[in-house]
Amino acid sequence: MNRGPSWFNIVSMVVGFAFLYLPIVLLVIYSFNAGRNVAVWEGWSTRWYVELMSNDQLLAAAWVTIRVALLSATIATILGTMAALALVRGGLFYGRSLFSGMVYAPLVMPDVITGLSLLLLFVAVGFSRGFWTITMAHITFSMCFVAVVVQSRLISFDKSLEEAAMDLGAPPMKAFFAVTLPIIAPAVAAGWMLAFTLSLDDLVIASFTTGPGATTLPIKIYSAVRLGVSPEINAVCTILIGIVTIGVIAASLSMKRKEVRRRRDERMAAAANAA
Amino acid sequence: MAKQALGPIRRSFAPWDDPEAKPLIHFRGVTKRYGDFTAVDGIDLPIYEREFHALLGPSGCGKTTLMRMLAGFEEPTEGDVLLDGASLKGVPPYRRPVNMMFQSYALFPHMSVEKNVAFGLKQDGMAKSEIADRVAEMLTLVRLQDFAKRKPHQLSGGQRQRVALARSLAKKPRVLLLDEPLGALDKKLREATQFELTDLQVDLGMTFLIVTHDQEEAMTVADRIAVMDQGVIRQVATPAEIYEQPASRYVADFIGDINILEGRLEKGANGISRLVVPEDGLVVETDQPVESDAQNAWYAIRPEKLRVSLDQPADIAVNTVSGEIWDIAYLGDVSIYHVKLDNGTIMRATTANTTRLVERPISWDDRVWLTWDRNAGVVLTS
Ligand SMILES: Nc1ncnc2c1ncn2[C@@H]1O[C@H](COP(=O)(O)OP(=O)(O)OP(=O)(O)O)[C@@H](O)[C@H]1O
Ligand SMILES: [Mg+2]
Repeated sequence: MNRGPSWFNIVSMVVGFAFLYLPIVLLVIYSFNAGRNVAVWEGWSTRWYVELMSNDQLLAAAWVTIRVALLSATIATILGTMAALALVRGGLFYGRSLFSGMVYAPLVMPDVITGLSLLLLFVAVGFSRGFWTITMAHITFSMCFVAVVVQSRLISFDKSLEEAAMDLGAPPMKAFFAVTLPIIAPAVAAGWMLAFTLSLDDLVIASFTTGPGATTLPIKIYSAVRLGVSPEINAVCTILIGIVTIGVIAASLSMKRKEVRRRRDERMAAAANAA
Repeated sequence: MAKQALGPIRRSFAPWDDPEAKPLIHFRGVTKRYGDFTAVDGIDLPIYEREFHALLGPSGCGKTTLMRMLAGFEEPTEGDVLLDGASLKGVPPYRRPVNMMFQSYALFPHMSVEKNVAFGLKQDGMAKSEIADRVAEMLTLVRLQDFAKRKPHQLSGGQRQRVALARSLAKKPRVLLLDEPLGALDKKLREATQFELTDLQVDLGMTFLIVTHDQEEAMTVADRIAVMDQGVIRQVATPAEIYEQPASRYVADFIGDINILEGRLEKGANGISRLVVPEDGLVVETDQPVESDAQNAWYAIRPEKLRVSLDQPADIAVNTVSGEIWDIAYLGDVSIYHVKLDNGTIMRATTANTTRLVERPISWDDRVWLTWDRNAGVVLTS
């Protein structure tokens, strides 16, 4: 009956993927262009990558970005996980549904508004803007994403596991770290990854909350491009794409490996029981 | 061999009859409310050292809630739970010397079987070598020594159940709480495990409190059964007493099959009283002492206490009724007869099939007589 994908399906798939990936492929190819003019192909070369290595400004921006992303993702994961725990486990405290709803608000809030409001706050409080204000801003908005991811895992978490740990003599904190956390770890890790990438590619909020001496890579690229696209920028982007791709592939491979191992274990158990 | 030696000891085990005996656990006037819903309503229940006690009742009657108050996961709204005479009020679950085997087993999925069993011992700060010994001992006890390195998802349901049991026994708790421990097992395995549990309890000399809604399970494993209904205890007694001398129609009906006749009680001479079913003058005689005369009462008699015969018995003076066979269920070991009495009441009678009946002598629409002894049934006033 099923005669495989129809022509229509094939065409729409090709068009869809082309739309998604053609610009990226172009960017990657042009990062290896020997000439300076981004619109004219002049042969293969890794020249721009070499030049990139001596572009201190760009490297500094990359370093700032990575530090902000690592720090904000880690703190956001801790705070977001705590928020999720409070929302799922806190019992029916007063105003809980209001809080649950409010966790979602920053997810749909336009970045411009988040950025602007944070800027106003920092100005009002009198913080000098720079590395720490960007980090704080990123913690604020990525924490909500972490909370949502972890919350959905916690809802399906069998609470009797934690009770069993306490029943066996573990105080609540110990029970959390010995039992709950290892079990929800994949969700927490996914939350961290999400927070990390959100921070990595944020332009809008970072530009609102940044100050002198703390230029992130997206800000740097954006301002560089406004002066004209340079092949160096293509090279930076290609490296970023490479990192993200490797990350995604590694994550999905390890998930797949775990899944395969689990299946094999279950088959073994079934066989052992049948015998 | 050892089991036989323990037989007489067990039969004489009845600390609840000893007014001097101090209960190990004492629920005293325990009430638990959730909002305006009362899940447990003023329960008084002493449980003694080395007792295998069952909480039996229909779903939602508050069994788990009562047990969780002992484990420390819920605090009573009113009343108190005592252990060794001391109140457990405010003692968190991780400081109570009781362990629980959860209905869902609650095995830690990220730990191997041995790590699961060792978990509680580690919390006590026991030495590593000692932990290893105890874990090995426990796994041998539940016959899982070859599965120490497996993860819970690599085990069958029955094996998981045994890991959960080993884990909750490892700390040698004062009381082991079992919440429907065998609910997820198939019938055969469940029955085998029931006997294993009783053996284990006797061998270890521990106190077990089991929650179940399966009356056969409660009868098989327990020294005493507390029959619960909507948050209250209806009767606490040994399985035999519960079965033979139920305190109320609720208990009689909940445990096993029973015929109940409603009528008026008439106190008679020589300690023999009569229950008269008003509509048709059916009279039941009983030698059970009754307190008051001329009150409404029920007569409850188990189907296996009724004798079924095709011929009219010679002595028809006492407890004889006749009717037609309405339905027959042949179960192999026993046959159940539904007899429609002349007044329309249906009574159930079971007879053991002691001979191999190729042709059943009693058949549909046969006229039969049911007879029973004066002491075969009980008079109930509630
Ligand atoms: N946390 C709670 N909040 C509100 N009501 C509850 C709570 N826990 C239990 N109940 C109610 O208390 C009653 C008794 O519950 P419990 O779990 O003790 O029943 P059970 O006898 O163990 O039943 P089952 O055999 O189905 O396990 C139920 O009606 C249940 O809905
Ligand atoms: Mg229950």
